[in-house]
Amino acid sequence: MNTRNPSAVTPRPTTYREALREGLREALQQDERVFLMGEDVGRYGGCFGVSLGLLEEFGPDRIRDTPLSESGFVGAGIGAAIGGMRPVVEIMTVNFSLLALDQILNNAATLLHMSGGQLSVPVVIRMTTGAGRQLGAQHSHSLEGWYAHIPGIRVLAPATVDDARHMLAAALADPDPVLIFEHGGLYNTEGSLDGTVEAVDLDTAAVRRSGTDVSVITYGGSLPKAMAAAETLAGEGISAEVVDLRSLRPLDDATVMASVGRTHRAVIVDEAWRSGSLAAEISSRITEQAFYELDAPVQRVCSAEVPIPYARQLEEAALPQPATIVDAVRRTVS
Amino acid sequence: MADFTMPSLGSDMDEGTLVEWLVSPGDTVTKGDVVAVVETAKSTIEVECFDSGTVSALLVTPGTTVPVGTRMAVIGPAVEPRATAGAKQPAAPATGLRAAPGRTVVPGGDAVSTPLVRHLAERKGVDLSSVHGSGKGGRITRSDVEHAPVEGPHRVKASPLARRLAQEAGVDLSTLRGTGRDGTIRADDVRATTEGHPARTGERHEPVRPSPATPEPLHPARSAIAALMARANREIPHYYLSTKVDLAVAMSWMRDRNASVPVAERLVPAALLLKSVALAARQVPELNGYWREEAFFPASAVRLGVAVSLRGGGLVAPALTDADTMPLPELMATLKDLVSRARGGRLRASETADPTLTVTNLGDQGVEAVFGVIYPPQVALVGLGRVIEQPVAVDGMLTVHPTVTATLSADHRASDGATGARFLTAIDRLLQRPEEL
Repeated sequence: MNTRNPSAVTPRPTTYREALREGLREALQQDERVFLMGEDVGRYGGCFGVSLGLLEEFGPDRIRDTPLSESGFVGAGIGAAIGGMRPVVEIMTVNFSLLALDQILNNAATLLHMSGGQLSVPVVIRMTTGAGRQLGAQHSHSLEGWYAHIPGIRVLAPATVDDARHMLAAALADPDPVLIFEHGGLYNTEGSLDGTVEAVDLDTAAVRRSGTDVSVITYGGSLPKAMAAAETLAGEGISAEVVDLRSLRPLDDATVMASVGRTHRAVIVDEAWRSGSLAAEISSRITEQAFYELDAPVQRVCSAEVPIPYARQLEEAALPQPATIVDAVRRTVS
Repeated sequence: MADFTMPSLGSDMDEGTLVEWLVSPGDTVTKGDVVAVVETAKSTIEVECFDSGTVSALLVTPGTTVPVGTRMAVIGPAVEPRATAGAKQPAAPATGLRAAPGRTVVPGGDAVSTPLVRHLAERKGVDLSSVHGSGKGGRITRSDVEHAPVEGPHRVKASPLARRLAQEAGVDLSTLRGTGRDGTIRADDVRATTEGHPARTGERHEPVRPSPATPEPLHPARSAIAALMARANREIPHYYLSTKVDLAVAMSWMRDRNASVPVAERLVPAALLLKSVALAARQVPELNGYWREEAFFPASAVRLGVAVSLRGGGLVAPALTDADTMPLPELMATLKDLVSRARGGRLRASETADPTLTVTNLGDQGVEAVFGVIYPPQVALVGLGRVIEQPVAVDGMLTVHPTVTATLSADHRASDGATGARFLTAIDRLLQRPEEL
């Protein structure tokens, strides 16, 4: 878990975006082999402003703007990683990452296996995922569950400022490909950075709120909604435990099962489409591993199976919301 | 073809567990043969079959719990052992099975039906070989299928956690009421029975250990009795009557009679008392029968339930069938046999068929009087205390006689105190003429 420095540093307020930038800056400062590349990461400062100021600080060799060619620059990143560099590749959104899916699945995820263990691919690929900002269907889908299906890569979903700040270092330390999914709705969220945390591990889920009546299992952009729902439920006398998966591949079954073992009920919140979602995988694992702890059917709160609408009210209706999470919990505990 | 189904061995029984088959496929059975041993929440019972013929299939494996009415075996016509497999069975039934009028015995269970009926049966999940055809030539009609019992395995709905907790605590889920969606039994429902109050604690991985605060988990038989007696007290407005019966005449008649017969044929006071209760039930039929759906249904015969306490705790009330017409020696022998088999857990199905009136006799426990709780759906329960020497006034003189206190708990919906009084008086009157019992 978190390694804590006894010399307490006061928590300081920051945003998720700034926390990511600090993580990048630290990585660039500490390791010469690290460089960032992607569309508009340099002069524009990143599509979502994460790398703002880094070009000025580190120069065009290490903060590299790329053409609109996901397959090309992701492939280049994989090549650079094989060649000994530690590239951080930014893809604008997960929707466009499909253009590089061939590179990620057929090269990054398989080379270690196909080379008989000779070729590691220590590439880190960052991308934005999720909806809720009226960007329309082509910029709003949540496909991280697809990537979590692929053996040979690690899939991370930081949901807090601490994870946004520290996950990159751990990802760069991993000798295998790591995908980091940043939910677009989180960039502006504020949190206080725990000054005592120096590193995070990538293998464990985190219980973000303790409870006794139901486990709300979620990750990424749905975490704040789950926390809001838990707050509402607390007012009704329902004590919800909120589990943040943090890592989507590998999944930390132990933390999930321990939580379900305490609460005997589970609601899984996942912004992806319901059918064949990561939520379905977690539900399966719960019935496989904790069946005799269950006192109610596992519930899933997912997105409507439609292209995410542009219109605000329609978009809100299509996504998991605190109110729909509250309803699912009520159904589960009643 | 006839079906052997899980019998109802009591009004509160909705499922039973097959312990063992006492027959195998191919065995010839005669009506009344004991073919299986079944365990209910209360005891283990030997079940007889109601048909004669050859056991053609056993459908339930020992250890399985099935609802009442489930087909457990198929009893076909009695046939000579077939020389070759697939040889045609004689269409005319051989000895042992006579086709009832209007019923055709179809060899091999090939029921005659139309495609329409077959489709309907398939949709409803009805096994046509088990349907009695009421149409022309035993043809199965649409309405036969529509009225056929559908065999879906009836399962108690309970969450996995509730099942686990129930198993750990030895609670019979079928005795619980579920508070979940669609009546699903949840963990709290199980905890409520094991702790007396619903707990909303998250953490409990250990089976509940008895401690001063947590009573022992209920034995299934105990929880069945608990459920039934709670229902009786909830639903039945009881009234209670009590009377002292002078047994001087009856006891001296019994002593004289016992002196002249071999030991095996000697009577005990309980035999006289039970016989008098059975005869009184015939004389006052308002107390002999069942209360069902807001009405009283008098019974045509007297099946006297005798409450027997079991060694491991719990109760079972096997029935003395036709106790009112059975001669005393036979009643005595039946009673002895019944009590010993009840305690040994080897009762037969016919003996646990619903009694029409139950007697509880706590005389051997040394109490003077017992006021019991009615066993639903019966409408009365007779309590007999100990036979004790008591001072009684006879013809203005004080003397000491053996007496017994007979009590009646009766359902006020079905009868009134005056009726109950007539019944107790009848018992007294009958016991004054023991030679006529």
